[in-house]
Amino acid sequence: MKNRKGFFSEGLLTAPSFLWLALFFAIPTLIVVSFTFHGHTPNGGVAEPYSLETWRALADPDYPSIIWRTLRISVKVTLWCILLSLPCAYAIARMDKRLRAIVAGAIMLPFWTSFVVRVFAWRTMLHPDGWLQACYLSYLRFNEWLFQCMPAFVQHTLTGLGLATPGPLDPAMATMLDSEVAVVLVSVYSFLPFSIMPIYSAAEKFDFSLMEAALDLGANSFYAFRKIFIPCIRQGIISAVLMVFIPAIGSYVIPQMLGGTNCVLIGNKIFMRAIQNRNIPHASALATLMAVSVLVPMAMTVWWRARQKARDLKKADNVVAAHIPGAKA
Amino acid sequence: MSDFLVFENVTKRFGPLTAVNNVSLGIKKGEFFSLLGPSGCGKTTLLRMLGGFEMPDSGRIFLDGKDITDLSPNQRRVHTVFQNYALFPTMTIWDNIAFSLKLSKLPKREIEEKVDAILGMIQMREHAWKYPNQLSGGQKQRVAIARALVDRPQVLLLDEPLAALDLKLRQHMLMELDLIHDQVGITFIYVTHDQGEAMSLSDRIAVMNRGKVEQLDQPAKIYEAPVSSFVAAFIGDTNFFAGEIVAASGDYCTIRCEGLGDIQAFNDRKLLVGQNVHLSVRPEKIHITLNAPQPENGVGVNVFQSTVTDVIYQGVYTKYWIMCGDRSVSALKPHSRFLLDQAPITWNDKVYMWWHPDDGYMIENFSESDAGLVQTPPDAPKEFPGK
Repeated sequence: MKNRKGFFSEGLLTAPSFLWLALFFAIPTLIVVSFTFHGHTPNGGVAEPYSLETWRALADPDYPSIIWRTLRISVKVTLWCILLSLPCAYAIARMDKRLRAIVAGAIMLPFWTSFVVRVFAWRTMLHPDGWLQACYLSYLRFNEWLFQCMPAFVQHTLTGLGLATPGPLDPAMATMLDSEVAVVLVSVYSFLPFSIMPIYSAAEKFDFSLMEAALDLGANSFYAFRKIFIPCIRQGIISAVLMVFIPAIGSYVIPQMLGGTNCVLIGNKIFMRAIQNRNIPHASALATLMAVSVLVPMAMTVWWRARQKARDLKKADNVVAAHIPGAKA
Repeated sequence: MSDFLVFENVTKRFGPLTAVNNVSLGIKKGEFFSLLGPSGCGKTTLLRMLGGFEMPDSGRIFLDGKDITDLSPNQRRVHTVFQNYALFPTMTIWDNIAFSLKLSKLPKREIEEKVDAILGMIQMREHAWKYPNQLSGGQKQRVAIARALVDRPQVLLLDEPLAALDLKLRQHMLMELDLIHDQVGITFIYVTHDQGEAMSLSDRIAVMNRGKVEQLDQPAKIYEAPVSSFVAAFIGDTNFFAGEIVAASGDYCTIRCEGLGDIQAFNDRKLLVGQNVHLSVRPEKIHITLNAPQPENGVGVNVFQSTVTDVIYQGVYTKYWIMCGDRSVSALKPHSRFLLDQAPITWNDKVYMWWHPDDGYMIENFSESDAGLVQTPPDAPKEFPGK
């Protein structure tokens, strides 16, 4: 905004998108937030007088556990997606150009089928008599055996940390379908393309001669991958995290179809309050809570990055000051 | 002294292309050794095999008596300075340089001392906490060299390290490289297509062409006594005179060159009458004068009348294209005196061109395609478009 002309042309050019964001994002969000300060009418409307009735209703002890479950599952899904995407994106970026296009196309291919249909297909695949369930059971049995082999104090520690449950395995209770396992598995399946793509596009720009340089200087491949490749594609990883974490938090279809009653997430609760209970203010309050739980990690990331940058600059200044007398004016 | 680094019958193919064809050579400890050749001659492939990035199809590589052919890059104490520097963009200069030291699990104190010492050597202490993208090309270059040298490898490989720098900086870095080599005493292997760089730095040069080493010798020997027409034409510039030896007596022989006449040449290899040879005469060895030279000490032979067709003034010297019969010959005339006081030789002057019989070098190994590497006179301008 150095001169008026620049300001005007810039202002004019950005006005449509500003208007769009204001009309369809900012104002609706504010309306949603304002609903939370009203009660609801029996016929599904928003009551006229201001009240904190809705916020008091949020004190229901179910909600913290639902929010905690939602966050936990979203983090799990994000971690799995990133973990799977990194080697995948690395491999695609190292392929020759023609093969790269084919594989990138193959990753996008599932989008040609309806999301709901794909999620529904998982119901069949995860059927208690299916082979995936059989695999899962043997995995649990192996875990149980491993747990039995451990010394008592390790068993107690694991149980204490909530990482293991003692006692014999009940196959009837250990079904994948209608459980958190199914929700995480199918969420990872659904969101994986969204995390591969940003990481891949960052990896594609990565200069692989840096890996050679690292090997040349004595690093092994894994060290080079960790210390050179991952920091260089950091931007891609950050956008992949956001691309997976945000939809995972708002996830609604997958827990609805595969989570049963054991894995109700905040998205399902919002649906329940808005459509089944016809309590719009209550749904709005839950949505506000959800938005906050998304914005907080984002704000933290931004703050952390800004601090990192400031710290680097300060470090550089100090060194310059140490070596060039009189530079610190 | 046996060689420190040995290539033994090394061959590398990429599909139908043989990049390196049965190369054997030995490099001495502490030597500044250059691999010189046009692009695609296999010099970079040879270097990459030494670095461990390519595996030879056959042959072995020995370093300090040990077979390193099958070792991976991180298992050999051979470091590379890459053409694009390959500095790690997410690390500071300090961390870039400390990379190899951290891997060798040295105590922190020692790492700090070593990094600081080498930062001092390349005069970059005040830039230690900058990132590579904040540095200029020459600075990046110095950091790349420091990073590769800091843990004192057995051999340092330099892959066209100066290609991305401008002329002045290149000349400066050349001197600095020479200085660094003197300071650290590590074997340097330098890959380049620039003969000037190779000549000014190297103890020895291997001239490569089509996957083979054509000649391996000291720079002056390669320049003055090229073994093939390729070496003669690729290193510097030259004039080729083809002919048949018609007389040979003592140290000299007479070559009958069609369209020019008889040429006297030093016959160091005792070639016999009847043999076809090519004589390579460097442009700076050819003198041109307006008056016929006085015959003395062998001068008086190899004198030919010719006409100046082009004059290219270069400050240090002037390059002349002269027509002698139906052939174009290039000659350099150095200006060791104040030029403006002298009667200049200019376009269409009738001149005498001559050279000492000792100054031509006979080449038996001649290929017509190499003659294309020799500079040719600029074409007469075609009709100017749009005039």
